[in-house]
Amino acid sequence: MKKWTELEPGAVVLEAGSSARFKTGSWRTFKPRWVPENCIQCLMCWLYCPDMAVKVVDGKMTGFDYDYCKGCGVCARECPGKQGKKAIVMEPEGK
Amino acid sequence: MGKIVAVTGNEAVANALRQADPDVCSLYPITPQTDIVQRFSSFVANGLVKTELINAESEHSAMSAAIGAAAAGGRVITATSSQGMALMWEMLHIASGMNLPIIMPLVNRALSAPLNIHGDHSDGMGARDTGWVQLWSESAQEAYDNTIMAFRVGEHMDIRLPVMVCMDGFIVSHSIARMEYLEDGEVKKFIGPYVPKNPLLDIEHPKSFGPLILTDLYHEYKRLQHEIMGRVKNVVLQVSDEFARLSGRKYGLFESYRLEDAEIALVILNSAAGTSKDVVDELRGKGIKAGLLKPRLFRPFPYEEVGQALKHLKAVCVMDRADSFGGYGPMFMEISSAMYQADGGQRPRLINKIYGLGGRDFMPHDARGVLLELVEIAKGAPVRTVKEYIGVRE
Repeated sequence: MKKWTELEPGAVVLEAGSSARFKTGSWRTFKPRWVPENCIQCLMCWLYCPDMAVKVVDGKMTGFDYDYCKGCGVCARECPGKQGKKAIVMEPEGK
Repeated sequence: MGKIVAVTGNEAVANALRQADPDVCSLYPITPQTDIVQRFSSFVANGLVKTELINAESEHSAMSAAIGAAAAGGRVITATSSQGMALMWEMLHIASGMNLPIIMPLVNRALSAPLNIHGDHSDGMGARDTGWVQLWSESAQEAYDNTIMAFRVGEHMDIRLPVMVCMDGFIVSHSIARMEYLEDGEVKKFIGPYVPKNPLLDIEHPKSFGPLILTDLYHEYKRLQHEIMGRVKNVVLQVSDEFARLSGRKYGLFESYRLEDAEIALVILNSAAGTSKDVVDELRGKGIKAGLLKPRLFRPFPYEEVGQALKHLKAVCVMDRADSFGGYGPMFMEISSAMYQADGGQRPRLINKIYGLGGRDFMPHDARGVLLELVEIAKGAPVRTVKEYIGVRE
């Protein structure tokens, strides 16, 4: 840990992208489960995710990064799904 | 050199702000400060400054916008009084915690309730612990000079702190006094171009302001803030010396008036110090060794220097134009602390008077009454009450 003499005044963080090291997944009480057969790859989940928990590879949703998912449920709410069936469902953590 | 004028305190401060030509001014009007931002707005409208003006919807928003603009990398000003600064409260701590050198004239006014628009120090004293540098001013001239110096102090690379410049509402802000303006070019040269530190608009170097810092490092950041505050005194002295060379007007951490050989003294801030100096002169004429200390830099408070300046006295009255209900007056607490720590343990007897709340006049007879009480205390008379209201109908 840094000493006070090593800190930047004003608590300014001078390193870009350092929030990648701040893992927030342990806050979760509900977790999103991806149901690929209902997914139309609209990427609304990626767009709405307030963190960086939706893993997109080659332009496609491939699942969740649970190191960053806080379980807020925004992705599940916004997911249009297919024929009335959601591609993201929230389940209690530990189920 | 300068130009002699007859202006109000508000007009003087508005002109100091014009001469500083800030990048951004975010404002919300409040009596008795309104006159400053109204005048400044006309400077913007008439093209006398290049400032971007933000008419905020409240003082909380005005300070929030000031913080954003300062973090972006601009020289930023605002101004307020009383309830306005009370509404800024949480943002005041954020401005100082982020080391953003925002300059803010504070036209001192009483706090509600009951509602009152006149001058006392309850707003500024309440902001004692916000982490802002505070410079207090007796007159329009001092408010003007302090406003100019505030830019140099706050923007100094060793500190980068917000500064509030206090002057008495109405008594100074709305009274016309003789004073001297510096030339625009002289002020521009004295203040210099703004040099941002860690500006957000430097997009080649992305950065974050306002992170969450919990038990792991918060204590360390506050220790750093304490360290930076400790550097302010020297910066103020250095800037004041440079200002004296420019203007001929000398400022220190406080003003000592006939204090060196005095036996009794008042400690008193702002406009009432002027009234009191006349009474000190009058009593000196009668052979009474009276003096006065007028604090200027209240935050950080120069405890050692004030302790040195007062320790030879026999009796001192600390005059407070604000009350800490359930405590002594806020200035009394500082002076008591300074005297307790003074070298050698030598110290005068101290009393505290609360005067002039809500703009109640402070007259020469008020100062005379207190000084004559000190004469008796210096001779050994007992202190009746440590803290007492004066000028109050009994």
